[in-house]
Amino acid sequence: MNEEYIIKQLSIFSENKAGKLAAIAKIFLDTGVSIQAFNIAEANNFGVIRVIVDKPEVAFEAFAKQNYALKYTDVLAIKMQDVPGGLFEAAKLIGELNINIEYAYAFRSGEYGALIVRVANPGEAAKALKKAGIELIPAANYHF
Amino acid sequence: MVYYNEKLETMPKEETARLQYQELKALLDRVYRNSAFYHGKMKEAGVSPDDIKSIEDIRKLPFMKKTDLRDNYPDKLVCVDREDLVRFHVSSGTTGKPTVVSYTKNDIEMWADAVARSLTACGLGKRDVIQVCYGYGLFTGGLGLHYGAEKLGAVVIPASTGNTERQIELIQDLKTTAVAGTPSYFIHLLDVAKKMGVDIRKDTNLRIAVLGAEPWTEEMRRYIHDISGVTAHNIFGTSELSGPMFCDCEEMHGTHIHSDIAYTEIIDPETGEPLPPGEKGELTITVLKKEAFPMIRYRLGDVSSILEGECPCGRTSPRIDRITGRVDDMLIIRGINVFPSAVEHALLKNPFLTSHFVIEVSRKGRLDDMLVRVELKPEAMTDSINGLMQMQAVVERTLRDALNVAARVELCPPNSLPRFEGKAKRVIDKRVI
Repeated sequence: MNEEYIIKQLSIFSENKAGKLAAIAKIFLDTGVSIQAFNIAEANNFGVIRVIVDKPEVAFEAFAKQNYALKYTDVLAIKMQDVPGGLFEAAKLIGELNINIEYAYAFRSGEYGALIVRVANPGEAAKALKKAGIELIPAANYHF
Repeated sequence: MVYYNEKLETMPKEETARLQYQELKALLDRVYRNSAFYHGKMKEAGVSPDDIKSIEDIRKLPFMKKTDLRDNYPDKLVCVDREDLVRFHVSSGTTGKPTVVSYTKNDIEMWADAVARSLTACGLGKRDVIQVCYGYGLFTGGLGLHYGAEKLGAVVIPASTGNTERQIELIQDLKTTAVAGTPSYFIHLLDVAKKMGVDIRKDTNLRIAVLGAEPWTEEMRRYIHDISGVTAHNIFGTSELSGPMFCDCEEMHGTHIHSDIAYTEIIDPETGEPLPPGEKGELTITVLKKEAFPMIRYRLGDVSSILEGECPCGRTSPRIDRITGRVDDMLIIRGINVFPSAVEHALLKNPFLTSHFVIEVSRKGRLDDMLVRVELKPEAMTDSINGLMQMQAVVERTLRDALNVAARVELCPPNSLPRFEGKAKRVIDKRVI
């Protein structure tokens, strides 16, 4: 019932090598997919590129065709007031609900800020967050 | 000149040939009777012990190779009663299956005797304190040097590998005069001594190093002498022969292979024909005196040549030149033999990897560094960095368990490593020796 808040993030495996990011960006360009949010997590010699795009299926197919290792990951987008303390308000409520964030990244989306969070059970978490009065951004705002 | 066994070591050529023939004949009679493996192999080659009428007739006998050890794992090559065995050593094999070698009491004795003679040839004796920095355990280096040095009557410090600062303290406190180990470890030890402010020349009694188990060069010998005043000798051997056994003498020109213990040939790796002294080919050794685990015309895979002429030291045994390469793709990493096929075999145990890989060998400081680049299967992708790092750690563990040597692993994207048509070139060796 909270399906509308589940955002299909793409997680793409990449080497830590010069030119790799450009190669990946080129695939988005060539397929006409628009990037809404973007983040790189890195380990020793590799990284995972986490990206939210307007057409996840189109992007997935294009990357898979070029032998990239990638998968969909369900994430939530929490609306934050674009004022000092916005993140604190959101984080405090999540903490009180005892929801463990595996990772998060934030970006500005129009008039407000958005905090993308990866949690163990996004469906359950969405329900709990809504109930606590936290505003979630619907997936339809990103995927067209 | 000091010899450990003057009679055997300076024996004239004709007498040596007679002795070698007697030993070979006795060995063949024994294996032909007692070993299904050797019996079958000789039958197949159409030769029986009666066809061998001089030591030169050895060329009629079939070769043995590392694959024979693999195919007869673990103990089908053992030629004595189980109760006569006193030890096993184990090294990495070609396909992930280890190579097991076994010894009787006499085999251990013969091996120690060979090492004692070799150490004497390097100028060591009863009054020396020999610190053995080879690994003790399944690897033959530690115990081989240990037993040989004890047989010589020297004082042995069984230091094994690692804990280098402590090793340097021991060299000072126990007045170590010689170190045995791998050349890369010894050079590392000299580097650490320098960092600790220990001057090998002034602060220690160290004067000789007996180095082996990996390829090294005359340049490294000179470098060691220049920075430390230590004279470095080359010791040679493999677990199949027993372990480290043969050294260069004080002339430092070639490794003496004791003729009453082993018969040395250099063969053309293509035709199998023996080559004359001075010509490069595949080193092939018959250990004349082994009981548990005879090795007859064993092709070591090492490229060398028999040096021409006689050695001024007076020893009449043949000398082989430094090993300049391999006829197969075996790598030696920090003294441990590593076959790319064993790496492949170990990687297969990880279902999240494709079958493609590349081995990159280089030196980090003075030590060998092995990097294995592996490919993630697309369907094994996870969003979790921890999960991916764990996969990397699992592969590192499977490699360490299979190869007995640590390798770094790099997880790479699918289809990013080179594909090969025909013979794969999976090894990039950047080391300069």
